[in-house]
Amino acid sequence: MVQDSYIALFKENEALFQQNLPAWRQQVRSVAMQKLTQHELTFAAAYALDYGLNPARLPFKGDPFGLFMCDIPGITTYNYLVFNDSFYAQPNMPELPSGVIICSLAHAFVHYPSLLEPYIRQYSVDSSDVAFNQLLAQDGMFLYVPDGVQMERPIQLVNLMYGASDMMAVSHNVAIIGENAKAQVLVCDHAYGNQVNYLSNRFTQVFVGKNATYEHYKLESSSAKTTNISTLHISQEADSQVLSNLITLANGKTHNHVEAHLNGKGAYLSLNGLGLGCQKERIENHTFIHHNVAGATSNELFKYVLDDEAEGDFYGLINVLQDAQQTKAYQTNRNLCLSDAARMFTRPQLEIYADDVTCNHGATVGQLDENALFYMRSRGIDPQEARMLLMFAFVHDVLDNVRIEPLKDRLQLLIERRLRGDNTHCNGCKICR
Amino acid sequence: MLEIVNLHAEVNGKEILRGINLSVKAGEVHAIMGPNGSGKSMLSAVLAGHPAFTVTQGSVTFNGKDLLAMPAEERSRAGLFLSFQYPVEIPGVSMVNFMRAAVNEHRKYKGQDPLSAGEFLKMMRAKKDIVELDNKLANRSVNEGFSGGEKKRNEIFQMAMLEPCLSILDETDSGLDIDALRIVASGVNQLKTPQNASIVITHYQRLLDYIVPDIVHILYKGRIVKTAGRELVAVLEEQGYDWIKKEVGE
Repeated sequence: MVQDSYIALFKENEALFQQNLPAWRQQVRSVAMQKLTQHELTFAAAYALDYGLNPARLPFKGDPFGLFMCDIPGITTYNYLVFNDSFYAQPNMPELPSGVIICSLAHAFVHYPSLLEPYIRQYSVDSSDVAFNQLLAQDGMFLYVPDGVQMERPIQLVNLMYGASDMMAVSHNVAIIGENAKAQVLVCDHAYGNQVNYLSNRFTQVFVGKNATYEHYKLESSSAKTTNISTLHISQEADSQVLSNLITLANGKTHNHVEAHLNGKGAYLSLNGLGLGCQKERIENHTFIHHNVAGATSNELFKYVLDDEAEGDFYGLINVLQDAQQTKAYQTNRNLCLSDAARMFTRPQLEIYADDVTCNHGATVGQLDENALFYMRSRGIDPQEARMLLMFAFVHDVLDNVRIEPLKDRLQLLIERRLRGDNTHCNGCKICR
Repeated sequence: MLEIVNLHAEVNGKEILRGINLSVKAGEVHAIMGPNGSGKSMLSAVLAGHPAFTVTQGSVTFNGKDLLAMPAEERSRAGLFLSFQYPVEIPGVSMVNFMRAAVNEHRKYKGQDPLSAGEFLKMMRAKKDIVELDNKLANRSVNEGFSGGEKKRNEIFQMAMLEPCLSILDETDSGLDIDALRIVASGVNQLKTPQNASIVITHYQRLLDYIVPDIVHILYKGRIVKTAGRELVAVLEEQGYDWIKKEVGE
């Protein structure tokens, strides 16, 4: 198995991987090592290349912020970078609200172990992708928002892949949002250049306290040679509100895995995603929503537009436990296939063990509405423009769930540009023409 | 303006139009009447360039150009307008974006610059009054959630925006109550000039009380079997279509 060589690499460098970690985090590595070979890794073949890892934490010689500038006009964020696998804070940022901590996770294990321990110690590694991450991750972002602190300004975390040769990055983020607190996190996955192979395995854990509000946006615009495996675990207490959007604009192979646990009455989750695929891109979103207690609500909406030989994959499981009465859960997956070779796989699933619930799900795969196209053409609108308007209309309701206005404006522009083909990642397909 | 000669068309191998001849001049209002299934709506769809229908014979000349050689969007830009019997709902596309795309394509065709957002909204405000549409129209999705009457008023609104030289109103009266019918007809009449022309397709005489035709045709089994002045409307109203069937020998 491809995992074996990574286990060997870990064992060779065990002292480096385990240094400066509390015993309970070291213990997670041992568990991860055992779990790693139990299942196949997602996109296992991508792991077979000979990548460089950086167990000794050799620093990058240069200014990583000089390599990448975010171009969302009008957005003011706290800016952070995970450059390959290492966390950097942008210099000269305004002061964070009182009590808020945003720092390197490696630093947090040294300086704030008591904040992390209750969450990390009880955590169980449940997939090979996460096991791989937990065996090898050495850094990432740590976010701590104390009880009652409402952050007005969003936090932006750019995951940037950068390398002159094939490069792998493994990172681990932890966000703890206290009771009655509020935070918005925008994660941008980018890749530098389009010549080398990149593989990233990123794992984000979010713990949302009672009556807290958390928004998580993940936007990927990477490269055809990027394989991106992202796991997001969300754990929600009573009356918490979580909004998540996973938007894949340009990529190579992407696997988003979401596990959301609704653990308190009144918890509300809105989980959304959009995938625009062309050429040979593959976009996977696998979501697992666990209604563990009574009286929580989840609302899920994923949309894909696929052209050329792009492949989309949606798996959505809503799991309602026996005691989770008065659950409301809604799941929708709608997809457009614009070419004969584009393929969409959708598997909506409900597992309901309670008897007093409102759940529904729906999935469709189709083409653009020919009647609407003719109607628009009959008004003089160019067929290509008409297709663009229809595609934009199709994806529009996902954008309605973006609550950071400058981000929404920017996404509208990016999506429109992407649909029009004004994008270096993709030329000549129908999405792009 | 419009010259249809021996037009034959079929759908799924079945011939529906079987030799239509029709000539429309500027300033005229033509009514095409006929029983259900006679090919009225297919004629309008063929003229508008719907891809589902195949023309097998004949020619259509529109202002000197070969209409059948033009794709649907170019027919519109050249001044042909079809008011749909069943206007299509397009969720997610706002009326303002839809109409701005259309108007600017028409302007481009005429060699004019696109309208600025301000100019365009001003134009929309002025034109919507013709069919008494409300102010919220601009931000609503095209026809989505519109009542039957609103959809038809929206068709006439689009006609007002695009200022066609030939408009074809396909069963514009179907599904309208008397107030909506009056508003729609009044809109059409306000848009009438000596330079443009209309073809009103209808099953009933009701609409023709408001939009008065100069020439009335009866379409039956894919052919125009009778052409007369507006007095023909009253005859049809009184006697129905059965006598036509007898006249053509059935």
